[in-house]
Amino acid sequence: MDGKYRQVAYYPGCALEGTGHAYNRSTKAVGKALGLDLVELNNWNCCGAMEVKNVDPKLQTYLSARNLSIAEQMGFDTVMAPCNGCYHNLKKAEYDLAHDPASREVNQRLSKKAGHGNYEAGKVETIHALDWIKHSLGEEGLRARVKHSLKGLKVANYYGCMYTRPRHIFPEKDKGPGSESTSKPHFMDDLLAAAGADNVDYPLKTACCGGAHTLSDSDTSTKLVLNLLETAEACGADVIATECPTCHTGLEMHQVRAEKVFGRKTKVKILYFTQLLGVALGLSPRKVGVHENMSESRDLLREKGLA
Amino acid sequence: MAALAQRVKGQAATLLARLDAMVALDEAVLAASAEPLAGELVAVGEKVLEAWLAARDAAPTQRQVEGFRLLALHRQGARGDPSFNACRESCRELVYRTNCARLAEEPADAARELRLAAMVARHLVLFIDGKLENAGLGEFCCSSRPLRQTVAALPATAGDQTGA
Repeated sequence: MDGKYRQVAYYPGCALEGTGHAYNRSTKAVGKALGLDLVELNNWNCCGAMEVKNVDPKLQTYLSARNLSIAEQMGFDTVMAPCNGCYHNLKKAEYDLAHDPASREVNQRLSKKAGHGNYEAGKVETIHALDWIKHSLGEEGLRARVKHSLKGLKVANYYGCMYTRPRHIFPEKDKGPGSESTSKPHFMDDLLAAAGADNVDYPLKTACCGGAHTLSDSDTSTKLVLNLLETAEACGADVIATECPTCHTGLEMHQVRAEKVFGRKTKVKILYFTQLLGVALGLSPRKVGVHENMSESRDLLREKGLA
Repeated sequence: MAALAQRVKGQAATLLARLDAMVALDEAVLAASAEPLAGELVAVGEKVLEAWLAARDAAPTQRQVEGFRLLALHRQGARGDPSFNACRESCRELVYRTNCARLAEEPADAARELRLAAMVARHLVLFIDGKLENAGLGEFCCSSRPLRQTVAALPATAGDQTGA
């Protein structure tokens, strides 16, 4: 490993300050335990998420570009975004600014109006929390630091739909050995296996969690999530590991709703991959925010000797 | 579009009921009928993709991609709607799992692969059914709904009702 991501700019995004707080807490705790520095962007703003994108995609590009501009001004060439939505939007902004003159023009105009530097494509690389750990330490580096192996814990790794799509905004993926795959992502599998977990062969690792329907059509969201949960159980999983706050919250909420509305109870637990890595590194469940999850997994962690 | 979506909805309910029944089948029953069940599962995938295409006024292709019409239908369905690629891997998994079921030497393996394939097919049906249900609400999020509604379609406000 070249250690190029040992100190990176950190863009938590809105979700990690709200429903995804446990992800924020566990990401920071794992970084500290691994000797990796995160420097939070000053005065960051929303990435444009879903709402702004629907109103005006170029405004969304500008909002994401402003965060990249802040990273550049702070002297960073890499920004790490653990949320799939933020990661996707920053990557998309990078792509649009590189390939679309109209997006460049809007970004330039709004940046000038707002009185900050105009971000130009190619100055800052956006990475996900999975890239950050995988490329700064690698499996060997991680394995050497494991204090409580996750051995015996059966994990279904769930990546959601935005980590790999659309393919064209992730030019670094699908580059053969060592790179991430857009059709069969494996970085989370690799890291958790290095921590001792027994990954199960989960066929829905990039399937839709129904997040987009969650307010307009809750029943569809619940049925999609229920299918994700039941499939994980059919694969023998104790836990679904997540790496996106929207997916994570959706899985937790709709697990409860599936039982209330459809009378279908599932027992599989839901934890952020950073929480699992944290307990493997010897951090307490509280330190990585397990108590903040809606899905109660402390008994399982105790049973497996991890708490 | 609305009438078609309604018809698709009924079709989806029938497909989901069949898939639920398949998931619940005994291992021995699944393994004994691996070949026809694998074919049926791929056909379910094709049927729901055809419904998606019909709702978009497109004639479903008869071509194949990598030897499967299912994959060609998905590719056709994603044209002009990148968010539809969120079910690309489900289509590929459906093909992969049914292939595994057909080739499995042990009955337990065949049954396991078929059960997982049925769950993947269930996800595909739910996903496309949801997409049709929410057609017109925006690419990702319902919060854009008011922006995409015509003024006539918006609910009347208290002011409208009182004439204020």
